Amino acid sequence: MSRPEDTLSADVHYDDVEARKYTTSSRIKNIQASMTERALELLDLKSPSFILDVGCGSGLSGEILSQTPEDEGGPHVWVGMDISASMLDVALQRDVEGDLLLADIGQGVPFRAGSFDAAISISAIQWLCNAESSETSPAGRLSRFFNGLYASLKRGGRAVCQFYPKNDVQKQMITSAAVKAGFGAGLLEDDPETKNMKLYLVLTVGGSATGTKGGDITGVVDGMDGVDVHDHRRKGTKTGKGEIKKGSKAWIIAKKEQMERKGKIVKATSKFTGRKRRIQF
Amino acid sequence: MKVLTLNFLTCAVKTCKSSADSFPLHPKDAELAHDDIEINPELLANVLPRIDWTALRTTSTELGFPELPAQPPTVEELEADEALLKELHSLLLETQMMEGKLVCGCCGHEYAVREGIANFLLPSHLV
Ligand SMILES: C[S@@+](CC[C@H](N)C(=O)[O-])C[C@H]1O[C@@H](n2cnc3c(N)ncnc32)[C@H](O)[C@@H]1O
Ligand SMILES: [Zn+2]
Repeated sequence: MSRPEDTLSADVHYDDVEARKYTTSSRIKNIQASMTERALELLDLKSPSFILDVGCGSGLSGEILSQTPEDEGGPHVWVGMDISASMLDVALQRDVEGDLLLADIGQGVPFRAGSFDAAISISAIQWLCNAESSETSPAGRLSRFFNGLYASLKRGGRAVCQFYPKNDVQKQMITSAAVKAGFGAGLLEDDPETKNMKLYLVLTVGGSATGTKGGDITGVVDGMDGVDVHDHRRKGTKTGKGEIKKGSKAWIIAKKEQMERKGKIVKATSKFTGRKRRIQF
Repeated sequence: MKVLTLNFLTCAVKTCKSSADSFPLHPKDAELAHDDIEINPELLANVLPRIDWTALRTTSTELGFPELPAQPPTVEELEADEALLKELHSLLLETQMMEGKLVCGCCGHEYAVREGIANFLLPSHLV
């Protein structure tokens, strides 16, 4: 299967024609909406929040945030970043409620520290893996993005990124870039081993009131509604990765911990119950 | 672009990251619009502690609004005062910058705003 991510840059792929095609497809609309709802469920926001939508496109994900009813903690106010002027143009025509920024997330996240309660990204960040030029590398762009995202979130904040990695190398590259930026990180798979499998990177910024440990997969979903943690890990180092800044030593620790992480997490009850899923790192 | 968002946006140029002058960005030749949006008191109470009040006063004056009080209200004061809630809602969420530029006070970079969308794409040597 050919992926546009492998050959084109996002702003070239999402031109006027593609942006319109993408947004008018009711199949795509439904998929993006259900993934956004899943991301919101994982964010577990209790009250109306200020949210960053990374790679917001034409607003299919963002409008779910605006439409979140009061009894589910909404409605939320959001700001979207996207590199495709054509996608943002469609968002304008659709009169979405969020603010829109024409911006390349691989260049960073231009908001002051602690701006957002939370962030979502639906089907976008795999695009960061493709750019290779004399000035930029995927690793450099991923690092600028995750460092910027980390700083822009308030302490105790969360981000959920659904993405389509090309292979395990990309999945690993993205996840480790997030951990290196300081996030606590966990990967959640819905419908694993089916062609509808959806992958969610769940990220936490340390320093919440409850003292959630970053870095540790169980810490990420600790206290999340309806999540059971089955911890089969060896007892051992439990460094709060939330505090670790990038740097070679932290990097090595991250690598080590990564190998120690064998915790299995099973979602107990939710409206998604019945589907197969598993968490892995 | 809402005034709320302007209270969080900073210059994206790498060398401006550590400078206090890169926030807030200064509106230039701004054309404003007013959108009717349903008031959301919980959201306002949530973001109020995160609002940089000094920056908000600057932005509001630069956009031509009357001067804001020197001190922000507390969340309790806000929740108890319907008129204040409405005013803050109107300024932060309903006032939109539609056209113009956002200028960095540190490097002078001008970010164009068209149809409410700010262009933050940078040439790679500034990233
Ligand atoms: C599949 S669309 C998803 C859009 C929206 N989140 C949704 O759910 O419909 C992926 C989006 O990511 C954006 N994107 C890709 N690379 C980007 C980058 N480096 N910076 C900002 N946006 C990017 C694309 O322009 C595109 O609009
Ligand atoms: Zn600047």
